[in-house]
Amino acid sequence: MQKVQVEICCGTACYLLGASQMMDLEDALPEELKGRVEILPRTCLGLCERENIGQAPFVRFGNGEVMSDASREKVLEKIRQLAEENP
Amino acid sequence: MRNAATYIRRELMIRLVRAFDQGTLSQEIDHIPLKLRPKGGESSRCCIYHDRAVLKYRLMALLGLCVEDEEDEAKPLKEYLAERLGGSGKSDKARAEPLSVCGPACSGCPDAKVVSTPNCRGCFARPCVYNCPKKAISIVDGRSLIDQSLCVKCGKCITVCPYHAIVKTTVPCEEACPVGAIRKNEHGVAEIDFSKCIFCGKCFAACPFAAVMERSQILDVLMAMKNGEKLVAMIAPAAEKQFPGKIEQLLSACAKAGFGDVMEVALGAEMTTEHETAEFIERMEKDPKTFMTTSCCPAWVNLATKHLPALLKHVSDTPSPMVYARDIAKAKDPGAKTVFIGPCVAKRSEALRKDVDYVLSFEELGAILAGRGVDVIACEPWPLPRPANPTARNYAHSCGVTEAVLAEATTKIPGFKLNSQQINGIDRKTCAMIKVHATGKTGVNFLEVMACPGGCQNGPCSLA
Repeated sequence: MQKVQVEICCGTACYLLGASQMMDLEDALPEELKGRVEILPRTCLGLCERENIGQAPFVRFGNGEVMSDASREKVLEKIRQLAEENP
Repeated sequence: MRNAATYIRRELMIRLVRAFDQGTLSQEIDHIPLKLRPKGGESSRCCIYHDRAVLKYRLMALLGLCVEDEEDEAKPLKEYLAERLGGSGKSDKARAEPLSVCGPACSGCPDAKVVSTPNCRGCFARPCVYNCPKKAISIVDGRSLIDQSLCVKCGKCITVCPYHAIVKTTVPCEEACPVGAIRKNEHGVAEIDFSKCIFCGKCFAACPFAAVMERSQILDVLMAMKNGEKLVAMIAPAAEKQFPGKIEQLLSACAKAGFGDVMEVALGAEMTTEHETAEFIERMEKDPKTFMTTSCCPAWVNLATKHLPALLKHVSDTPSPMVYARDIAKAKDPGAKTVFIGPCVAKRSEALRKDVDYVLSFEELGAILAGRGVDVIACEPWPLPRPANPTARNYAHSCGVTEAVLAEATTKIPGFKLNSQQINGIDRKTCAMIKVHATGKTGVNFLEVMACPGGCQNGPCSLA
């Protein structure tokens, strides 16, 4: 069973613009996903440069996919989807 | 992120810092509202043009300018910026009155009233009708109707209705203000009466249209750094848990972002504890029935000064942690400029009185760090000569000051007892409570007053 990797950008810009609300994501995982996800707080992923700033916070998944304007709900949904795709 | 209002404010701040550092702010500033609300894009208000107009005023507030003082609507932001960079263009009023209502952003919310909604089933029992003390409710066309000329908004009907069919509509800023300082003017736009305002910042946090704006000093700080001035970042104890990482890492981040020196305000809090305890013991010796309140919350001091002058003699004379921190910073380097960094609006008014050069909110500090690519968790802990006492670091929590004073007094007088109470958040009810305590009837002799529920950590400009 492959773990779903979730990198949360904790660069100050992402943190200010919403990543602070995702710090407890680990606790928010539903039972069926516990142990299936690897949550990695990261220093700035460098995705908020210049005009992209309005799309922070950013989250990057193990498959390389980047989510902009991330929120707990959106990230949880994506984790669920990735977990289903790779049972 | 709690809402879109905080998001846009922070985004604008980060953009401002980045453009300032790149030397492109002057060319870019008038384009920011257009970039954020492009043609054909979505709007948050009636249209993108309204959004853009409000964004312009937000940027003005970030430049530290009084939005109300705008004379020429056609004047571009670039010109305001040039005046500010040239050292002029900012009135003294801007520092004395750190909050302002941006008229075009204010929605002019309808007056507060209690109304019946279509959830009403026109039931047989009709508890609303029977419980209304003013007989303001009747049943018309099978539904309850509240006569607004009789209603006193007591809310009894709201509690008794089994269908939750009666609601109270509010004007959030008026509802949040503990002293009735914000009211709609004759044009229906909110206005702050600065003779009453205590700068608690509750309206700033409450307005769903984010029409209450803080006059920022972020530009002043950026300019001073650019001019090579030495700025000391004085980080309030409330910083704990505001940013990722430890407070020592935050101090390193500040140094990395351009502050010449850094310190925790908790060192000042240690001195406040020491002096306030001594003051309390002295007052007790003079009069065993003494009643004293804390003095570190500037919104409380403003409240006492403007609204409860008879209580002023009960407010401790001990300076706040910020003032002691300023003394420590100035003793170390008399030429340095001091920057208090915290979650508080009222500190801006206190800083003006107490010669602290600048005040930044945690948001503004965050924007400087973000704009300069400084990550708190990537920073090594700052080598503190010594960490502040845990009781001093705990000042930002409700009960923190009381615990610190009690601990200090116990070391002086074994078995010392304090009849303490906390005012955990200033509102209309707790204002009345403070007056009751001052009469001596409650037997309380030490009253800790915090304008924000839970203490400074939940200040209007906190990040959490």
